[in-house]
Amino acid sequence: MAIFSKPTVPRFAVDVYQNEYLPEGGREVNAVVTVSATGGGTIGGAVGAPHLYSPGRGPAAAVALMVDCSGSMDYPPTKMRNAREATAAAVDTLRDGVHFAVIGGTHVAKEVYPGAGRLAVASEATRAAATYALRRLSAGGGTAIGTWLRLADRLLSSADVTIRHGILLTDGRNEHETPEALRSALDGCAGRFTCDARGVGTDWEVKEVTQIASALLGTADIVADPAGLAADFTAMMETAMGKEVADVALRLWTPVGTTVRFVKQVAPSVEDLTDRRSEAGPRTGDYPTGSWGDESRDYHVCLEVPPAGIGQEMLAARVSLVVPPPGGGSAENLGAQGLVRAVWTDDVAASTRINPQVAHYTGQAELAHVIQEGLDLRKAGDLDGATAKLGRAVQLAGVSGNADTAKLLAKVVDVVDAAAGTVRLKAKVEEADEMTLETRSTKTVRVKK
Amino acid sequence: MSQMPQQTAPARCPSCDEPLESGDRFCGACGHDLSAAPAGPDASGDTPTLTMEGAARPEPGPGAGDTVHLAVGAEPGGGSPSVPRPAPAEAHGEVHARGTGGVRLDRPRPTDRPEHAEAAMHERHDGPTDRADDAAGEPDEYPLAPPEPRAATAPPAGDPWARGPQPGTPAAGSGVCVACRAGTVDSDGYCENCGHAQPRERDHMERDLGPVAAVTDRGLRHHRNEDAFAVLTAPLPDGAPPAVLALVCDGVSSATRPDDASLAAAETAGTSLSGALLRGTHPQAAMHDAILTAARAVTALAEEPETAQEHTPHQNAPACTFVGAVVTQGLLVIGWVGDSRAYWIPADRSVPPVRLTEDDSWAAQMVAAGLMSEAEAYADERAHAITGWLGADAYELEPHTAAFKPDRPGVVVVCTDGLWNYAESAEELAALLPPDAAARPLHAAQVLVGHALDGGGHDNVTVAVVPFPVPPEGAGSA
Repeated sequence: MAIFSKPTVPRFAVDVYQNEYLPEGGREVNAVVTVSATGGGTIGGAVGAPHLYSPGRGPAAAVALMVDCSGSMDYPPTKMRNAREATAAAVDTLRDGVHFAVIGGTHVAKEVYPGAGRLAVASEATRAAATYALRRLSAGGGTAIGTWLRLADRLLSSADVTIRHGILLTDGRNEHETPEALRSALDGCAGRFTCDARGVGTDWEVKEVTQIASALLGTADIVADPAGLAADFTAMMETAMGKEVADVALRLWTPVGTTVRFVKQVAPSVEDLTDRRSEAGPRTGDYPTGSWGDESRDYHVCLEVPPAGIGQEMLAARVSLVVPPPGGGSAENLGAQGLVRAVWTDDVAASTRINPQVAHYTGQAELAHVIQEGLDLRKAGDLDGATAKLGRAVQLAGVSGNADTAKLLAKVVDVVDAAAGTVRLKAKVEEADEMTLETRSTKTVRVKK
Repeated sequence: MSQMPQQTAPARCPSCDEPLESGDRFCGACGHDLSAAPAGPDASGDTPTLTMEGAARPEPGPGAGDTVHLAVGAEPGGGSPSVPRPAPAEAHGEVHARGTGGVRLDRPRPTDRPEHAEAAMHERHDGPTDRADDAAGEPDEYPLAPPEPRAATAPPAGDPWARGPQPGTPAAGSGVCVACRAGTVDSDGYCENCGHAQPRERDHMERDLGPVAAVTDRGLRHHRNEDAFAVLTAPLPDGAPPAVLALVCDGVSSATRPDDASLAAAETAGTSLSGALLRGTHPQAAMHDAILTAARAVTALAEEPETAQEHTPHQNAPACTFVGAVVTQGLLVIGWVGDSRAYWIPADRSVPPVRLTEDDSWAAQMVAAGLMSEAEAYADERAHAITGWLGADAYELEPHTAAFKPDRPGVVVVCTDGLWNYAESAEELAALLPPDAAARPLHAAQVLVGHALDGGGHDNVTVAVVPFPVPPEGAGSA
């Protein structure tokens, strides 16, 4: 229980890894920014036992569980049963005092527990009542995920809490609403709560699930075997319970004449944040990162600076972490910042060196990209193109030591020569393997130390 | 050299002959940079470089017995190694170093400072924040930026000479950016508008103690000054005139925090030397110990945590070169590690000048081993790879020290490779050195630094000029 000696608000630290040296006329500055939050009340997913906290120990939180109850969940019937059990396990992981609700999702969203547009407050009694209510869950109807998200948003916003999180489970395509309707629901919910999304079985659409997780700054994954749901739900809930501070934004200040080419989260997974910038004052923009517990993430920042003469030095960006207030006004600064610099030199050895972190994550981002492209080409029937892209992916996964992705790739292609990137497409690929590869293509590993 | 033709400022601009005022750094009419004033009379540039093969002496002699005699006819000493013999003896030109006599190219400051002042980096020469009272219209020294708008410069709080807590701390926290003139400077020393780094305290520094002066400059191609120097006078126990010390260090760029390394080495060695001299230690032994002490100071830097913003590509431990000179009334002691150098330039320019140090460098080793000619070796891209330095990564520190008893007056030029890249041989350097260098060491140092900058300023350049013998007490601190 040494955990109780920690302060409850995490301390943020920013480390910048870059080669600041540019050749004469050089304009592109790359940096990997590592943001670490430590000293919060928890250690993320590693929290062993549920109910670790007495009420008031953790931050005020609200969680909405969205369980697919469409007709397909009964094929096979174990799917519905496993979903019920997984939801019960997740509910059991809720610490006392956390607000929660369970939503049954079909072509409409129904409140399963507690109902009447309210949130329950977790306790021995409410957890038992929720588990009891789950037994009444049954399959039947269509799928309109946007409606589930909107209901979750309504319920979550009814509580005055710091952390708002959703967990969404689906087993099928979002067939009963237009993609635009889902998009608009996601836009409406973005920044209001974070959400992890899971696809169970193999009849769901990878891009839909990853789109939800991406927009709502959560994780996406496949649970091909419904029997694995309970463990996954428990882990997700533990992570959610570990969040200490919500709505953190990566704030980027850049000087006059400097443009931001991209800002990507690159670890633990690739997430392009470039287009999610919101202006926050002169030459300053905020990029949403969601909520944080005890964890560390890496961001790749690429900037274009005005060229300067040999021997000059400038600050290309200042990176800090803030919590922008919902209604505008001055943001709360989380007290950590890093400097991205540019120094022009005629020392070729210095200016041509590529920072290992930048090189690594450039490779990891390319890895995610070529897997995506390769699988798209394969679906489109361009086998040569798919072979080339997935061959490159095998090569990149090998070089960067991304063993998990390499294993997933090996289920889709026969690797002839990993170093050269020579592969053959497997004639027969399990659908689950292909979907797993696609869903997890953005997972990255960190630089080997 | 008893005459001092220009007691204060040069009366007229060397370029356009415009009358000048004392304290001018640039000609008001044509803008000529007075710190790069043309050197003194030309000397023969054809004389081959004299090197001192015997000068490298790892074991310091505690007594004067190891003294090398710089000229024929000096008092005999035991065991003098082979030393190039300067030209035939001649009349002793007595040096009068009365008053600094130099052109004060930096802003005026009190000259009656304590004799035992630790000089080094303790005073800023230049900076955007504290110059609102300067004469208007002179261009800024900072080579990258247009002149700062003085009218908008906020006067600093407190003592303008006070240095910040960190060496090399940018002039920060106030003032207007020297690059865009639109933004203010944030606490990190960058403009909050255009992001440009502001001139740092160490970009250009000058120090004049009267009998010794030093100038360091960032140069034109490097983004920061990784050289450091210390000049000081050290009292001796027997009531003799104080010894004069000049120490110059060049941070190794391929290591982390080279600027911290050079500053630590220069300051530590200065403290160590002056303490030892006051206790009556022989200067050569004191120099040997000072190098070891400085090496420990640099090594200790490797144990300090790095600052968050200093993730340099290499994780090499901080390192720097070292060269130092101790001048007393009868003795000249040199110590060095690495490729920073000391030269002996007699006041009588008909006597050949001598390089007093032997580089710890790849090129010098090639030449010493007879594998390459000097020209070939120094043309090689590996020429500047040093084989000896102060720092945790040094294989086996071998401080070189040498003691000399020059038989005539002259000056010692102590410098980093930022200078000698532009004047490699002692003869070239002597040709650049103004004839009144002994009387006006600051001016001489400025001229030499100016030569390096005119040549392209590819490296940080640091020059200290020490007249020998040390002028009698009271002289020189005008």
